[in-house]
Amino acid sequence: MKHSKPTERTKVKVVLPGDTVSLDVTTPGIILGPGLIQAGDSISCTKAGFLVRSGPTYWVENDQKRYIPETSEHVVGRISGKGGEFYRVDIGSAHQAILPFLAFENATKKNRPNLNIGDLIYARVALANKDMDPELQCYNPTNNKAEGFGKLEGGMVLKCSLRYCQRLLTQETDICKLLGQVLQFEVSIGMNGRVWLSSDTIKHISLVYNVLKQAEALNNSECKALVNNLVV
Amino acid sequence: MVKELELSTNEKELIISGLKEGIRLDGRGIDDFRSLKITLGPEYGRSEVKLGDTKVLAKVSCEVARPYPDRPNEGILTLNTELSPMAFAGLEPGRPSEEEVLVSRILEKAIKINRAVDVEGLCIVANELAWSIHVDVHFLDNDGNIIDAACIAAISALSHFRRPDVTVIGEDVTIHPVDQRNPVPLSIHHTPICVTFAFFENGDLWVVDPSLKEEQIRRGDMIIAINNHKEICVLSKAGGLPLEMHTIIQCSKLAASKVDWVREKIQDAIANAAEVEKR
Repeated sequence: MKHSKPTERTKVKVVLPGDTVSLDVTTPGIILGPGLIQAGDSISCTKAGFLVRSGPTYWVENDQKRYIPETSEHVVGRISGKGGEFYRVDIGSAHQAILPFLAFENATKKNRPNLNIGDLIYARVALANKDMDPELQCYNPTNNKAEGFGKLEGGMVLKCSLRYCQRLLTQETDICKLLGQVLQFEVSIGMNGRVWLSSDTIKHISLVYNVLKQAEALNNSECKALVNNLVV
Repeated sequence: MVKELELSTNEKELIISGLKEGIRLDGRGIDDFRSLKITLGPEYGRSEVKLGDTKVLAKVSCEVARPYPDRPNEGILTLNTELSPMAFAGLEPGRPSEEEVLVSRILEKAIKINRAVDVEGLCIVANELAWSIHVDVHFLDNDGNIIDAACIAAISALSHFRRPDVTVIGEDVTIHPVDQRNPVPLSIHHTPICVTFAFFENGDLWVVDPSLKEEQIRRGDMIIAINNHKEICVLSKAGGLPLEMHTIIQCSKLAASKVDWVREKIQDAIANAAEVEKR
């Protein structure tokens, strides 16, 4: 999935759940995103945070950590069990997700994936529905190739807010670029509020973990200062 | 343990490999406590402790009650350390979990059974009236080692607390309101402070003040409470892997120096609170 920089995005105001937002509902083409709900003629907020607008789309941004699965999103999950023909994966959602044995590149009935309970995987949400357990797949459905999905070896997992993961992915925050100038590391960013990271030594992994953890609350210039003060 | 808090194999392996090299995930040394911040006040007997990301709040309150019949010359000290879903995901309401029982037993042993607070001084009229002191410990956030944080909170709150002054003339008992006469601090015999050790692998690897992730993969632990007279008040090793005698002695010596460090922080907090009060 290609991630381009978001178009011009402006914060309108701070909102609380229950607040009515005065948007011109007669203007055609207004899109209500997460956190906004239309009841008759009025629009009210269901989340606490910033009301943000980008073009005709309005939504509420906050520091939510609870993940609600959405199809085609990439997530970091932990195998928590084995079912009949599938794995149970914990992705932080209300229900554990299902990852069928056949949902891998070159999988056949005889060729099973070699995953154990406790393993970390990077997967794509294939099916997400509020009435069913979410389903994952470890391949790109357009060309059936693994493309980075599958088991994640070693490293560490950072749990953070969903918004931070978005910022890391779209490079709205410079921390990955800045840190990459100082040491080598790799990250797999899950939209479920989990970031897998790895580096060459344990000391470096712990460094990357702590830097990424701190950088959630910092803006770009503060990130630069943080990286400059690092002793690698 | 709730499913979403369980650690992956990757995390467990990393933490253990790190410990073998003497590296902890947050960059601490093996025998380092996390940053400790104690805030006392504004009311007497209120203490908020932040040990890293573990946050505990202790509140001391008092009321006049009848002493227990088998202890007519003593006041009553009650410690309440109920765990709540605020800090502990997956907690079943109503039924005390194993962890809850452990926390409350350690704190009771350290503070109540070891007579840290002078309960005889709490008696007003023998058999009739005595002060009943309640210490309520609330766990606001759990990032490991709630016992040490709770002990620091309880001890600092008790040291900071003031009860109303009382005058007894013959049969007349007057409890002076706090706006008429300055309230009086409790008489504290000694201040026990707990230090928790977590052990990994076959007992060769250990850390002081485990974080939540470290607690989840530990194979055993030991809690040592030492007071200001360098006496060991509590040494609790409930289950877990067996330890060598020299490890226990080494840990006790380390605990003594850690306790000094913590005590200094408590004194600083009390001094700060007194200064704020003067202004």
